[in-house]
Amino acid sequence: MSADRLVGEAKAVATGTADSGGTEPRAGRREQVAGLLQRGAVFLVLAVAIVAGAVAFGSSFASVENFRNIAISSSFLALIAIGMTFVIIGGGIDLSVGSLLALAGVLAAYGSRQGSLAAVALPLAVCGAIGLVNGLLIARARMAPFIVTLAALLFARGAAFAVSDEGNTTYLIKPGMAVTELGQGTVGGLGVPVLFALAAFLIGLVVLNRTSFGQAVFAIGGSEDAAQLMGLPVARIKILVYVASAMLAGFAGVLVAARSSSGLPTLGAGLELEAIAAVVIGGTLLSGGAGSLTGTLAGVLLLGVIQNLINQVGTLSSYYQQVVSGAFLIVVVVVQTYLSRRRRL
Amino acid sequence: MDEATLTRTLPAQRDLRGWLGDRGVYLALALLVAFNLAFTANFATVGNLRLQLIQVVPVAIVALGMALVIGTEGIDLSVGATMAIAAALLPLYLGYGPWVAIPVALAAGGVVGLVNGGLVAFVGVQPIVATLGLLVAGRGIALVIAQGRLTELFDPTLAAIGTDRVAGIPITVLIAGAVAGLVGLVVRRTTFGRRVVAIGGNRGASVLAGLPVRRTLVVVYVVSGLLAALAGILDTARLSAADPSFVGLLIELSAITAVVVGGTPLSGGRVRILGTLAGALLMQLISATLIKHDLPDSTARMIAAAIIIAAVYLQRPRVAT
Repeated sequence: MSADRLVGEAKAVATGTADSGGTEPRAGRREQVAGLLQRGAVFLVLAVAIVAGAVAFGSSFASVENFRNIAISSSFLALIAIGMTFVIIGGGIDLSVGSLLALAGVLAAYGSRQGSLAAVALPLAVCGAIGLVNGLLIARARMAPFIVTLAALLFARGAAFAVSDEGNTTYLIKPGMAVTELGQGTVGGLGVPVLFALAAFLIGLVVLNRTSFGQAVFAIGGSEDAAQLMGLPVARIKILVYVASAMLAGFAGVLVAARSSSGLPTLGAGLELEAIAAVVIGGTLLSGGAGSLTGTLAGVLLLGVIQNLINQVGTLSSYYQQVVSGAFLIVVVVVQTYLSRRRRL
Repeated sequence: MDEATLTRTLPAQRDLRGWLGDRGVYLALALLVAFNLAFTANFATVGNLRLQLIQVVPVAIVALGMALVIGTEGIDLSVGATMAIAAALLPLYLGYGPWVAIPVALAAGGVVGLVNGGLVAFVGVQPIVATLGLLVAGRGIALVIAQGRLTELFDPTLAAIGTDRVAGIPITVLIAGAVAGLVGLVVRRTTFGRRVVAIGGNRGASVLAGLPVRRTLVVVYVVSGLLAALAGILDTARLSAADPSFVGLLIELSAITAVVVGGTPLSGGRVRILGTLAGALLMQLISATLIKHDLPDSTARMIAAAIIIAAVYLQRPRVAT
């Protein structure tokens, strides 16, 4: 590898994190506005969707009860999307999270026969181990994240069915167990899953923006070679990111199992794509090196609000939700691409 | 790759690994066939061969388009949704006869490809995001078109395409074979094929060399959309029912697996048509073998995962860090 290329990539990192493109001589107010729009588009769209919902449906949409429902149903996706944000900013992708959620749910219900501790520890340990394998194959063996986590998707789904006897045995979590509270309990009017999602969000925010680990994730996503040359422990950080993503997905699976008091191996199919969509809608670039957790949370909420609004209409079939979500994704991404001026040749 | 890595690896080792990396899929396929010949009852029968080929047709056709897309360093996640749209459109237009309905369904696939290609080539959206949008929206569109229902079809022409044989070979298999031959010819013998590989190898250089990069990309995604629609039509014809909820579900993952296991790297710059077909056949035989030996579906998936990792591990870039 030539020195020129490395210098060029190092420069790309230095300028790449500045969204408005400092290399252009006339990087004036227009560029700043464009950058702001690119990062803030999702909040704007979310606000418009909520206002439109309130105007159209009145108190059946804009009620504390309904917002509580949106928060609960979004919290599982939020946990997964937070891990996915780290992975994508680091320049990777994790397709295994939907299957891991199912596997964790089955293991939580399976483990609950040995008590609440096992119901939480078993799925987290297994998902952490799968995340570790993902990370090792990607960081040490230098295999493509897409294909490694695709294999993990297959493996975890297979394991979920294997544990539940090909789906013929549904393990139940007995009523009254402490673990049930994780899914069904409420604290101060908020469901426990919502609190966990909020906690994960706040911790993620600090880790990503206020620690050297977070900065290293940005650097690796911007240019892995440059990060390596700067002396960052690239492989170790990538492995940690994949372990964190897998364990967050596993924890979301535990919460889902606790909420429904059972573990189903069929859950979470396609959830990885929803999480990626939320992350991308939130302004994180799939090319890595730039992104925000706040945007991801707004992206998750936007998907939740869209689903809720379509349910409110009632006469529309739920299929429209997919159409609208997909259309939103395309529109947001097109706008972002135009604004970010990161167009390739 | 620097000097140090070259001298550290013995030539013989390097050759063996290089050979395995390039032809691992054929070796694996041969081993699996040998295992089946020895241990599986009724494996070497015409009926079984026919069954395996019929079952591999949709994945093989979709994977051929996917191989072109991956060759340009892209990816097409929308193929399953495109199959569903094609399947949902068939019953609507069968009233005008199959020779209207089939072109309409194919055209819909072309339109999906046009949108994907436009987003990738002209807007500059990353392929995975552009096609993810249509993966989510596409199945929704298909379900809206079909109002979420499974529709049984009673069209003799379509049924014939789906189930008849010519000289003992099912028509769907013949169609897949023709498509494979055509795509293989295009990749090996035409300037278009060269451009696909060039764009995947180095897009910047292709632009500087004056290649019509954008146009080529759009055509590649349109071809992928058309082939996905064809797979949707054939699947619908075979079942004599259009089921937009399930037709082509998760086929994007099987197709990508077939392409990658077959030796086309996700980083583009190379297209392996025979390898792709072998990859599709390998994945089909793995699940068939495990089912024949009474291993449950769940174990089949886990073993498939291990085989994917092993195949891609052998093909990983050989640059030490």
